[in-house]
Amino acid sequence: MAQALRRIEIDFVDLFLWLFRTAIIILVIWGTVAKVFFGVGTEYSTAAWIDFTIAGIAQGSLYALIALGYTLVYGVLFMINFAHGEFFMSGTMTATVFVAIPLASAGYLDSNPFMSMLAIMLTAMLVSVGIALLTERVAYRPLRRAPRLVPLITAIGASFFWQYFFRGLYGSAVVPFPNIPIFSGTIEIFGLEILRTRLVVMAASIIMLVGLYFFVMRSKTGKAIRAVAEDKDVAALMGVNVDRTIAITFAVGAAMAGAAGILYGLMFGQTHFFMGFVPGIKAFTAAVLGGIGSIPGAALGGLFLGVIEAVGPPLFLEGLGIPGAHQLKDVIAFTMLVLVLIFRPQGIIGERLAEKKA
Amino acid sequence: MSRIDLRNAAKIGLMAGVAAASVSAIGMVQTFDERDLITNVLTLGQVLLFAASVLAGYQAAQQHTAAERGRTLLTGLIAGFLAALPVLGLVLLTALFPNIRTKLVNVSATLIQILTFGLGPSLGSLLLAAVMTLLGVGGSLIHVIPSRISRPIIIGLVSTLVLGLLSEVLLGVLRPLVGSQVTGLLFGTKGLRLVTAAVVFLLITSGYWWWSARGEEDMQLRLQAQNPERAQRMRTMRVVVGIVLLLILPFILGTYLTEVLDIVGLFILMGLGLNIVVGYAGLLDLGYVAFFAIGAYVMGILTSQSALGLTDISFWMALPIAVIVSVVAGLVLGTPVLRMRGDYLAIVTLGFGEIIRVLATSDLLKPYIGGAQGILQIRKPQIGSFQLVQPEEFYFLILAGCALAAFVSWRLSDARLGRQWMAMREDEDVAEAMGIHLVKTKLLAFAIGAGFSGLAGAIFASRLSSIFPHSFNLLISINVLSLIIVGGIGSLPGVVVGALVLVGLPELLREFAEYRLLMYGALLIVMMIRKPAGLWPSAVQQRELEGVGEETDTFPSERALHPETHEPMSEQVVEASTTTVRGS
Repeated sequence: MAQALRRIEIDFVDLFLWLFRTAIIILVIWGTVAKVFFGVGTEYSTAAWIDFTIAGIAQGSLYALIALGYTLVYGVLFMINFAHGEFFMSGTMTATVFVAIPLASAGYLDSNPFMSMLAIMLTAMLVSVGIALLTERVAYRPLRRAPRLVPLITAIGASFFWQYFFRGLYGSAVVPFPNIPIFSGTIEIFGLEILRTRLVVMAASIIMLVGLYFFVMRSKTGKAIRAVAEDKDVAALMGVNVDRTIAITFAVGAAMAGAAGILYGLMFGQTHFFMGFVPGIKAFTAAVLGGIGSIPGAALGGLFLGVIEAVGPPLFLEGLGIPGAHQLKDVIAFTMLVLVLIFRPQGIIGERLAEKKA
Repeated sequence: MSRIDLRNAAKIGLMAGVAAASVSAIGMVQTFDERDLITNVLTLGQVLLFAASVLAGYQAAQQHTAAERGRTLLTGLIAGFLAALPVLGLVLLTALFPNIRTKLVNVSATLIQILTFGLGPSLGSLLLAAVMTLLGVGGSLIHVIPSRISRPIIIGLVSTLVLGLLSEVLLGVLRPLVGSQVTGLLFGTKGLRLVTAAVVFLLITSGYWWWSARGEEDMQLRLQAQNPERAQRMRTMRVVVGIVLLLILPFILGTYLTEVLDIVGLFILMGLGLNIVVGYAGLLDLGYVAFFAIGAYVMGILTSQSALGLTDISFWMALPIAVIVSVVAGLVLGTPVLRMRGDYLAIVTLGFGEIIRVLATSDLLKPYIGGAQGILQIRKPQIGSFQLVQPEEFYFLILAGCALAAFVSWRLSDARLGRQWMAMREDEDVAEAMGIHLVKTKLLAFAIGAGFSGLAGAIFASRLSSIFPHSFNLLISINVLSLIIVGGIGSLPGVVVGALVLVGLPELLREFAEYRLLMYGALLIVMMIRKPAGLWPSAVQQRELEGVGEETDTFPSERALHPETHEPMSEQVVEASTTTVRGS
């Protein structure tokens, strides 16, 4: 009797989840159909749709770059590095305040845009790496053997600490990222008008993603990172310095985040002490979406999230007749996060890590 | 060790120095400088700055035994001097680049004046270096003097500083009682007078010295000699006195402090709820603010006098509805996450919290809940013809809510359900194998936690009589989480202590407001590494964590020093600060 009752209740949970999933799928399909076939909401031209998609891809490649940090750290430590968004912010703000703005006011940014971009980016990466290593040393390393929730709590602590630390340093106002003439305006490719910044962001992200992939897959350090992700104890027996490898993993992830931050500055023209939080959560969503622990997964997840976030509101949210649909783009991202974690925690490609973890 | 470990001393000194320079650069020293602890002598900003060199001296000198006096003091001197260097670097930097303020907004001329004692960069720097070096020696001195003497002095010093910190509050309480002439003798414009501070220091130091030498033993003996019946009566008496004190508190404290107390109370209420979810059941919920928001919005929609109000029912009718809706929301949001564990659960609940906040701000729900403009003209609670408006009146409502929540939590903690939660927290698989129904147990934790939070939200809405979506952001969840962790996960008195320290203190000391989250962040890290059981640990946690961290050997000694569990709050703070001092 008790067992039968129990069976029914488990089915009840399944039923609830099934209803939840079906409701969302129906809503999305209904909205899309209403938009496409009945033209609910604002009418957009084909060019506008392409523009939405490209904006989504550009935004998504930023998510992908940030997601790498989550994925790498999760791979080796099985922890959500909640402070990763702050690594992204710290490097960007520091490079903007100390390098980009002085270079811009000296006119060097206009005369030598590529060299100065390189300098700005390197500074951002260095600062991000520094903050990441410091955080790892102080807040994570002493807790290697602690219960899983403990490092997550220190990570939350570190996140807020750095946010308000940099707020204290650079103030709570928005710091504008200088405008670089060569990167502004549009460019025509295959008859499409594309914002140059978006093109730069996409190109830079692809280069970095591919570079990182080969670094992790081919280099000796990359091999060590993968070995530690596989099994720390065995890796240590094979002569891998586990603590150092973990630190390197943090550093690599943070370097990508720092670079992503500058691209973010380029794209949105501003930096702020709170800028790391929302992209951080979304990048984590992207990492989970693609399958946490996998680098191609992070790239794929990032692009997917970026596009759906950009196209979703005008497509199915407006189709549902929701006023101010663009306000709800964060809701799309977070709902995706919830859905993926509930229904496919292993993500699109990843399977190995999720299994080990679950 | 016979030699001085220069590298270690240098490392600790420089680290402390970088910390001191950082707190200066982010503006903490300057902001805190506005609070005098001892009028015209010492400010909180200076304490913050100088604490670095004292700690550096203390830490660095730890490697020597008490017998090696010269070496100990020399190590302290080196560490103290090195701690001064980064701060001096900051002064030098501003001298070289006067326009650095355009980059680091808080490195102002005022800050440099504070750092150099207003004597100008060259002379001031020398003085600063000398003071910080001496304080480093002072820190190492703790190892040289026998603890029988040094401990009372430290306790006296810290208590005096805490008293100075709270002098504005004390002033507010004492002035109506004893008149401004008496308080004028004790307090300066801000902070204690020097003479008062000296007297207080002497009193506390000698008092503590006597207590540790004689009194404590006497007390123990007397307690042992007492018959159990008397002890029982004593305990009952203490509870009665406590309740009476809680009931008359608002009349002693006055309107402003009662308002602070109200805010603390609301956080205690939320803390008690989250304590069930996180502390008992081990489900890390970062979207807890969602239920607070739901409670508040239900209260708003049901009782608002504006166009958004749906019904015209009273506060008392709406209150249970708000709680029930929150409970249902807890069930609905809890069901999808039943299968998740640990960190995934944390992130998903965070996602839920954000979704609710974004929805509340959006145009989608604007016709129903007012969007960013919020809901106005929410009804106040009414008893007969008497309307609760003043903080003093709300105090009793909040007190009643807290009492109810505390009672429920207390009864549940040792009930079957509580034990099931704790079993689940330790290991879900084993718990399930023991016949615990995970679905039911988890959902009950979410539902009860959400209910408390909804109650807090409903009272919150009525207290302010208007609500806006931006009051329900993630920071509230983090606030509540921090307070239960700092107080002690799973510990009821811990929630109260945590709320008083993390919510009450920043409300009282406006200077803290800006750096509140910075300090929370740092506190979360420090607590997790040094004292994972919290300031007032629950008995279970204490036992459990004894074996985990390597630093746990500090616990027994701490316990030996403070065997009493009924300590005033200030001593808890003292205990916390001395714990963070110690380390490897």
